[in-house]
Amino acid sequence: MKFLVIDHVSHTYFTRQSAVTALEDVSLAIEEGEFVSFLGPSGCGKTTLLSIIAALIKPTEGTILLEGNKIDSMNPSVGYMLQQDYLFPWKTIEENIFLGLKIIGIDTNEAKQKALNLLSEIGLKGVEKHYPHQLSGGMRQRAALVRTLAVNPKILLLDEPFSALDYQTKLKLEELVWKTLKDYNKTALLVTHDIGEAIVMSDRIFLFDARPGRIVHTFIIPEELRSLSPFAARQHPRFSELFQSIWKELDQLEKNR
Amino acid sequence: MKRTDSDIQLLHEQYLASLQKEKRFVRFFQLLIFLIFFLVWEVASKQQWIDPLLFSSPSNIWELLTEKLADGSLLSHVGVTLFETLLGFVLGTLLGTLLAAALWWFPRLSKVADPYLVVLNAMPKVALGPILIVALGPGFTSIIAMGAIISIIITTIVVYTSFKEVDANYVKVLKTFGANRWQCFIGAILPASFPTIISTLKVNVGLSWVGVIVGEFLVSKQGLGYMIIYGFQVFNFTLVLLSLLLIAALATVMYQAVGYIEKKLIKNR
Ligand SMILES: Nc1ncnc2c1ncn2[C@@H]1O[C@H](COP(=O)(O)OP(=O)(O)O)[C@@H](O)[C@H]1O
Ligand SMILES: [Mg+2]
Repeated sequence: MKFLVIDHVSHTYFTRQSAVTALEDVSLAIEEGEFVSFLGPSGCGKTTLLSIIAALIKPTEGTILLEGNKIDSMNPSVGYMLQQDYLFPWKTIEENIFLGLKIIGIDTNEAKQKALNLLSEIGLKGVEKHYPHQLSGGMRQRAALVRTLAVNPKILLLDEPFSALDYQTKLKLEELVWKTLKDYNKTALLVTHDIGEAIVMSDRIFLFDARPGRIVHTFIIPEELRSLSPFAARQHPRFSELFQSIWKELDQLEKNR
Repeated sequence: MKRTDSDIQLLHEQYLASLQKEKRFVRFFQLLIFLIFFLVWEVASKQQWIDPLLFSSPSNIWELLTEKLADGSLLSHVGVTLFETLLGFVLGTLLGTLLAAALWWFPRLSKVADPYLVVLNAMPKVALGPILIVALGPGFTSIIAMGAIISIIITTIVVYTSFKEVDANYVKVLKTFGANRWQCFIGAILPASFPTIISTLKVNVGLSWVGVIVGEFLVSKQGLGYMIIYGFQVFNFTLVLLSLLLIAALATVMYQAVGYIEKKLIKNR
């Protein structure tokens, strides 16, 4: 049985002015422990699809199955990290990372200690009592990751988590997030518009096209790249090879439009 | 030449000293204006440049103040007015915020209520005074009601607008953890709106004073508003001006207190 199944999902947004079909007939399946990326230009429905998987919005058509069960209400098994950190500015980092535990009602000392351990593992020891505005963008993004992981979700949805960071911070965070997720053997779904990031982080890449959003191509990352950490993978000859072919594919999509 | 640490420290000290100097300069002129105002008032009144019967004089007002303080009548008037204003202010802000919460909770209600809020907001609330006095009796209750009613609607509108403007992504974060509507309100909407609520407090301080003073004009039993009306009727303008100065002082203290609360509450943003 597949871990996560997206079965013929379509979604149309209705507004007063128009009806926008953000996704059309998207189907895919993900194995447990797999790391997949959704790659595509902005406006191709990536955020919409994540929101549907997180049950924040109900698709116009289709179903989502997690371990064979239909997801139709908000579910702590799905961890969702938004495009920006959205740490609550009036809460300390500590209070921020306990947020999910509190809402679900599992804020035991043990769970809190685990969250604090994770915070220091990810390199944020000593900022527990700080407020978000005292932290840099990269640190905030890491704290947001800890907040998401603290409730121990089965699958992690990451919506362009590194897009607002400077290049160096981004490379470092890719490395850190990749390692953390591998250590905890998490299934993860990364949305990005960065080809390189998609290649080095994931096991499979789904290429999306816009208007309406749909999957046009799937790339399977070769084994020799998968086993490497993101930074090492960027140096590998297969990396640029794959980069070229994805680039060509994207270029073709643009020309056909 | 390379600057040493001690050079930089010296420059920093000079900078701090210049800030201090600027502050003293401003304070000095503020005090000067204060003194000159009362001095000119006093002289003008004594020299009959202005009508002393109408404009009184600082020394007369001071005399009346000590006299009224001695016989204890002033304190009771001040106490009554302060009590009414504080209660009106707290009630107005609280009820306004509660109404805003209700509008947020029931979006349909807010759509239906919208035109009524506009009308109620546009209407001068003090015009309701006579009706309130008949309905609630000529006493505390109707005066406090005046102090509250004058700020409820505007608080409702301003706070509700701020509830709606809270970045939806904060709510989204809570929802990804399965938060219900109440948790979203308490966890994101309300705390994110604290700065707005505090700034309405500042406006409401002024409004409550208006409501209460007008209420006391109408009820005419006790309080600073009553002192003004009474002074006016017996043509004792020293009493009127004394009340006025007291109101100004008390309202300022209240305003400063709200400012202090504001600093405490939103220091981390
Ligand atoms: N709440 C909404 N209401 C109406 N249209 C929307 C809404 N959210 C997204 N859309 C539209 O749906 C399409 C896909 O958006 P989105 O999922 O955010 O794409 P992506 O994350 O890939 O940039 C876009 O054309 C966008 O304008
Ligand atoms: Mg997006």
